[in-house]
Amino acid sequence: MTLLEDRPTNPAAGDDNRPIGYGRIQRKEDPRFVRGKGHYVDDIVLPGMLHGAILRAPVAHARLVSIDTSEALAHPGVHAVITGTDLQALGLAWAPTLSMDVQAVLVTDKVRFQGQEVAFVVADDRYAARDALELIRVDYDLLPPVIDARTALDPGAPVIRDDLEGRTDNHIFDWEAGDATETDAVFAAADVVVSQEIIYPRVHPAPMETCGAVADFDPIDGRLTLYETTQAPHAHRTLFAMVAGIPEHKIRVVSPDIGGGFGNKVGIYPGYILAVVGSIVTGKPVKWVEDRSENLMSTSFARDYIMQGSIAATKDGTILGLRTNVLADHGAFNATAQPTKYPAGFFHIFTGSYDLKAAHCTVTGVYTNKAPGGVAYACSFRVTEAVYLVERMVDILAAKLGMDPAELRLKNFIKPEQFPYANKTGWEYDSGNYEPTMRLSMQMAGYDELRQEQKEKRERGELMGIGISFFTETVGAGPRKHMDILGLGMNDGAELRVHPTGKAVVRISVQSQGQGHETTFAQIVAEELGIPPEDIDVVHGDTDQTPFGLGTYGSRSTPVSGGAVALVARKVREKARFIAAAMLETRPEDLEWEKGRWFVKGDPSIGKTVAEIAMGAHGTVALPEGIDGNLDAEVTYDPPNLTFPFGAYICVVDIDPGTGHVKVRRFIAVDDCGTRINPMIIEGQVHGGLTDGVGMALMEIIEFDTEGNCLGGSFMDYLIPTAMEVPDWETGFTVTPSPHHPIGAKGIGESATVGSPPAIVNAVVDALAPFGITHMDMPCTPARVWEAMQGRPRPPI
Amino acid sequence: MQVTMTVNGTDITEEIEPRVLLVHFIRDVLRLTGTHWGCDTSNCGTCVVLMDGQPVKSCTVLAMMADGHSITTVEGLATGAVLDPVQQGFMEEHGLQCGFCTPGMMLTARALLDHNPHPDDTEIRQAISGQICRCTGYATIVRSVKWAAEHPVLSNADTDTDSDADADSAHGATADEVRA
Amino acid sequence: MQIPAAFDYVRASTVDNALALLERHGPESRILAGGHSLLPMMKLRLARPEWLIDINDLFELDFVVHDTSGPDAGTLRIGALTRHTTLLESAQIEALFPIITDAEKVIADPIVRNRGTIGGSLCQADPAEDLSTVCEVLGAIAVIRGAGGQRLLSMDEFHRGPYETAVAHNEILCEVRLPVRSRTGSAYEKVERRVGDWAVAAAGASLTLAPDGTIEAAAIGLTAVGQTGTVTEAAAVLVGRQPTEALFVEAGRLASVACDPIADQRGPIDYKRHLADELTRRVLRRAFARAAASEGPNAPAPATQEG
Repeated sequence: MTLLEDRPTNPAAGDDNRPIGYGRIQRKEDPRFVRGKGHYVDDIVLPGMLHGAILRAPVAHARLVSIDTSEALAHPGVHAVITGTDLQALGLAWAPTLSMDVQAVLVTDKVRFQGQEVAFVVADDRYAARDALELIRVDYDLLPPVIDARTALDPGAPVIRDDLEGRTDNHIFDWEAGDATETDAVFAAADVVVSQEIIYPRVHPAPMETCGAVADFDPIDGRLTLYETTQAPHAHRTLFAMVAGIPEHKIRVVSPDIGGGFGNKVGIYPGYILAVVGSIVTGKPVKWVEDRSENLMSTSFARDYIMQGSIAATKDGTILGLRTNVLADHGAFNATAQPTKYPAGFFHIFTGSYDLKAAHCTVTGVYTNKAPGGVAYACSFRVTEAVYLVERMVDILAAKLGMDPAELRLKNFIKPEQFPYANKTGWEYDSGNYEPTMRLSMQMAGYDELRQEQKEKRERGELMGIGISFFTETVGAGPRKHMDILGLGMNDGAELRVHPTGKAVVRISVQSQGQGHETTFAQIVAEELGIPPEDIDVVHGDTDQTPFGLGTYGSRSTPVSGGAVALVARKVREKARFIAAAMLETRPEDLEWEKGRWFVKGDPSIGKTVAEIAMGAHGTVALPEGIDGNLDAEVTYDPPNLTFPFGAYICVVDIDPGTGHVKVRRFIAVDDCGTRINPMIIEGQVHGGLTDGVGMALMEIIEFDTEGNCLGGSFMDYLIPTAMEVPDWETGFTVTPSPHHPIGAKGIGESATVGSPPAIVNAVVDALAPFGITHMDMPCTPARVWEAMQGRPRPPI
Repeated sequence: MQVTMTVNGTDITEEIEPRVLLVHFIRDVLRLTGTHWGCDTSNCGTCVVLMDGQPVKSCTVLAMMADGHSITTVEGLATGAVLDPVQQGFMEEHGLQCGFCTPGMMLTARALLDHNPHPDDTEIRQAISGQICRCTGYATIVRSVKWAAEHPVLSNADTDTDSDADADSAHGATADEVRA
Repeated sequence: MQIPAAFDYVRASTVDNALALLERHGPESRILAGGHSLLPMMKLRLARPEWLIDINDLFELDFVVHDTSGPDAGTLRIGALTRHTTLLESAQIEALFPIITDAEKVIADPIVRNRGTIGGSLCQADPAEDLSTVCEVLGAIAVIRGAGGQRLLSMDEFHRGPYETAVAHNEILCEVRLPVRSRTGSAYEKVERRVGDWAVAAAGASLTLAPDGTIEAAAIGLTAVGQTGTVTEAAAVLVGRQPTEALFVEAGRLASVACDPIADQRGPIDYKRHLADELTRRVLRRAFARAAASEGPNAPAPATQEG
């Protein structure tokens, strides 16, 4: 175990102390970003390019009576106005979703959520396109909407998906994990059972860059080049081939610099397809970039889980079992992005970090008249909801038992000797050592002193809360025998070429949205081959340039592509051994590796560096049989299991008793993501996720009124934390390498988003304990906190 | 209408529609795409540029309103190969991830440091409180600005009496040149 | 990003020129100052003026002047084009009217404050707008100019309702005049969901103490809770009484009763009523502490002294 990490000063570029391999180095992508030379989708301008804009439905549920585009079409600068009827003629009115459902590209029959796509205008510039939207006349026949998921299955509820044959209700799926009978028995025998309804409200990833695309269809050779804000360029290419009928080898998807993704840019949105259709129809490149309200109202939201949780324990605080029934609001189309077998994602890791006797969960998915989505916002395929549930329930249990929540957790952790640990819902946790991580967080926080301070403050009527969350993630999807999306196995490729002069290029199938792939993956190659990271170029985001793979989400880049890159580098290293042996006129088995060099065992002075071997490979060295004349390799990595990062978070809040305003005073985060490649980037990933947590816990929510009007459709109402709402994060770490991952790394991208909301809510509830509060739902806005203090924890809006 | 302004030290005259927003003028007309936009309601601050040295949200300024004024975008921060200390600070302290809010954050930081060479954490946080970053959690942005404060450009015009002795002498350009 | 509908644009060179342009272009012309209220409305196409008359060159409207002699002696005059940042950074304003400094710290964000103006804020007349409350509490006089000359209106006369003022389409708000009183303190406090958000509720107060320590004059204003004008009932109980916590509690209760908030995403009615009470008490305490520390109109206010 390592203690608090130093943040070593990083000397200016060119310093000899720069690590070859893992360590804190500046990011290779930063020089272009700090000069304003990043290259995002909206920065792309192609010759003759036109601009598209989408007309969206102002109501949540309505039959489309008529649509008149004549005036819009006559507007100066307008080239085309495309409607659902036009798409029907092309067979493109509906597109498959990532969850085996279909979604309307443009409305043909009826509107199913406010903000749904109704028509697409293509014009000379973005101004003319927006102007023309106002000139399209649409008549709607209003229908009663289904807004509250709890009423979606009521007899007589309006059927939203009457487009699906034989559909008579709004039910999507039922899914369960664990053993119900065993769980019932454990609950029946328990001394203590506590239950709580817990709502994880609808939130939105809201990356700073909205979604957009530039489609360039060449009618002569039938080739489509699509620049897209996508986290999964290869999956998109395959899906476009399926949707648009363009052969896959004629499609090139380019994902340039992406201004944040957080799961918002995984799915295929109607806008992308419309840009393609617009380019086919006009014969010119078409750019479509949504505005912020379109992003918030129509693209993939996150969460929206209503969870009934129960926890069973002995009176001395041994947790026995956990049970939950979930009602999942999937919106108007089932468009969640997750492995096919798991309609509730990885929610069934809701057993958390505890050694339970039994656990059982059921999840029911329903349609409502709201935007589709659900799996997004750094959720690790619903681990967010799972961790929130278990970490809230454990706190509620602690309150019931009168136990300190840290003590209760420490008592029930899975013990280090129990790993690999098979939990009660089918996971095999690869590794873990929870107690030292928990203890480190408590030490950093000064936990006992904080409790003492709280005691003194309570005596003075001041509201201070201390909240703990201990999470276990499951990331790095995944093994192809269990995990696919629409039949595409969740593996990643990597190709590595070492050029004659010893410089290298590695091509990967995942795509960065700010995670620093150009640096991290170069460092992995550097560690394995012993050449400096600056000599290694990382190519990503272009399907013509990179090997197939499923993209970046679910914290899978390091666990999956990181494994692929380590293995491809080892393959090159092994090949180098044979070439070095030929060059040194010895046998490969007589050579030994030190970082960057093969040398003769027993005589380190005789050896060849990677650069020398690369020149030899491409040069005139007589190559051994079966070795071809390059220093290249490729792999596709199929991870044997997922990885299970974990962490201990402690949050300290102060609440103004007169206004209900919550101030996050301190936040201590100790993460264990296994092997650490670039500590600076890891820390950055954690900081960002903690800020997401503050957002969700205190202010972010997408709400609807009873008519289905979205109340969070702009940044005036969808509030995201600024620098004023978050503290100076205190981070620490432990290292428990993954036993099955090639370099022992586990992934860090979503840990903090997953782990922090319960710590903050637990702190708020802890502060409100003098009022008898044991639970309140997010977001803990000033109004809600004040209402909770009055005994009304869930005020109606 | 004709609009004339100075952008990153260069005088520019263009013919535009009166309704063209400054952010679109900069991006679409001048093709300086380092200035981004991220919302419809003047909340996010990714479009921040300096107008006569003061940060403004260029989505809420008409290009016509900038007529006769001086605009600095992220492309005007560095002097040739020499980065502004703020740019260097963002690289040193990991003040950026996806890079989308970064130009606006750096320009606000530049204006802050011009006004207050030694801001404390709270002053930095207040200065950037009209700008949203979704990636960094802000702490590294604060560190980046502090790094820049601790490594000011040595200049004749802008003598910083209590500048650190280890100020980076590689940044030998004058403040005016850097700002140009 | 959303984009405004087309319009014509002209830049005014003087107030008289701006007035002439308003006359010429008629009721579909609008004054453009900082633009931070109008342009967002235009991007959402909730406002579609045919002409924008840009007054940003009218430096004659960008000033903060304390008249200590002459006909306006004892008045602080603020030009309508004065930016929020200027008001926030003015030591003179902080000394005379700390309520303005309090409010400016929480109006929008620092970058919006660089452009937004006091005149624009008052003319937008958003019910959640902070300076309207501040000006009501301070007994401000709005100086409005039109072709026929200048007229002076109290804030009660100036505000006609949400988003509506007495400024006619061919007039311009030029100046706000604030009477400077000795032995006076003022304060403003706002509850917001997040920094930069509009108020859930806010309150402002000004207290003038008599030489005997009793309250000589008082004004209390509320923001975003359906209160038009100052809360006269709450102020009335204060006047002539010794300032005590019990008195402030009573004033808070009256403010809570007087207001008429609506439920929305910022909170339910009960909560907003509670805030009217809570914040009224807080600003009265702070205004009193500041008044007590103040000896005259030119005495520096103890800005850090929080009641």
